[in-house]
Amino acid sequence: MRTVHTDEIIKNIKEMCISANLELSEDVKNRILEASENESSELGKKILSQLKENMEIAKNESIPICQDTGMAVVFLKIGQDVHIEGMNLEDAVNEGIRQGYTEGYLRKSVVKDPILRENTKDNTPGIIHYEIVSGENIEITVAPKGFGSENMSKVYMLKPADGIEGVKDAILDAVKNAGPNACPPFVVGVGIGGTFEKCALMSKKALTRNLNEHNEVEYLRDLEIEMLEKINKLDIGPAGLHGSTTALAVNIIAYPTHIAGLPVAVNMCCHVDRHATRVI
Amino acid sequence: METYIETPLTREKVENLKSGDYVYITGTIYTARDAAHKRMIETLEEGKKLPLDLKDNIIYYLGPSPAREGQVIGSAGPTTAGRMDKYTPKLLDLGLTGMIGKGRRNEAVIESIKKNKAVYFAAIGGAGALLSKCIKKAEVIAYDDLGTEAIRKLEVENLPVIVIIDKEGNNLYES
Repeated sequence: MRTVHTDEIIKNIKEMCISANLELSEDVKNRILEASENESSELGKKILSQLKENMEIAKNESIPICQDTGMAVVFLKIGQDVHIEGMNLEDAVNEGIRQGYTEGYLRKSVVKDPILRENTKDNTPGIIHYEIVSGENIEITVAPKGFGSENMSKVYMLKPADGIEGVKDAILDAVKNAGPNACPPFVVGVGIGGTFEKCALMSKKALTRNLNEHNEVEYLRDLEIEMLEKINKLDIGPAGLHGSTTALAVNIIAYPTHIAGLPVAVNMCCHVDRHATRVI
Repeated sequence: METYIETPLTREKVENLKSGDYVYITGTIYTARDAAHKRMIETLEEGKKLPLDLKDNIIYYLGPSPAREGQVIGSAGPTTAGRMDKYTPKLLDLGLTGMIGKGRRNEAVIESIKKNKAVYFAAIGGAGALLSKCIKKAEVIAYDDLGTEAIRKLEVENLPVIVIIDKEGNNLYES
């Protein structure tokens, strides 16, 4: 049994909210740099080189990469041999978000009620996902999610008979529908299987996976590669102004499902695919 | 084609802008996004005056992040324009000539752009740090209570945008 104080959780979440909004992880950054060299359209190349310059300014001058600094999505993997002391854990996570967004000059984009729409002024509450795992560590991933792309995400409740072709069609449909609205080049997170909410959660989690890694299951790895190629032939291009770079990666997660179903969720993310992970 | 324009964006200047043109804007523009649009339309429905004169003006669909000490504004890129579609034709009828955002517009907006001889530009989404460098002054002029969604008057210098929909209704996304 190991004891972790909530002060440590607050401090780490605060720092990760800030760092994730100022600097992309190496894998995402490198994909954008590679794309700027390989893009076929001149305008597309120019846009990608502006994204590169934007990342440099963001890092050097502490200006967020994008003004939509997102709703803070936090994944907590809590080892079952950890004892948490201090305050209520959910309050601690939100306190970390509050400190990060206020002290880090990040935008406050959260409204208290979806219909009444009064801003909470500190970007809380976050969206928190807990998972209990073995061990005595806590893994925290902070993934600020912008809503230009979130709004273009979709869930498809396919039939088992639709099979893998149905999944491919669903992914392409979501990407075409997102088009210029969701700030391409995209990172496409896909959840296949589970239930309605499980596949949506997997598609979100898929966005936090390193873009250089593939699903370990062979047919899913092949599907990731095939879909990236197909998406990049859609000619949506950087900023939706045509070209060969429509997506940087397709990340897929799958899970067992019911004999009657084939749920597929496509969580669209712009090129600002922010995520920071720490283990405490 | 690359071109430089100064505000106010008169109908004569709109005449020369074609879908696909890369344009650098200098002068005064205003920010407004979802909540400010909703409030402007409510204000008009109540028969009251808007807090800004729309004639020959440009609205930038922007909710910036906060400025640090010594900065004019925080990150300042465009938000998705389609969410403003419900309100836009009314504002174009009142003399608005330009909009800066990103993403598709609906048919009603495209028709209104043609009818009023206006133009829809896109700025690069997700390049808010870079775009903030073109903003030399920023001042909240209305709806301060809306925080990031308040209406701001901006002085911009060579703000890079691309003409998506021109006065003829030509649409770069669909080309």
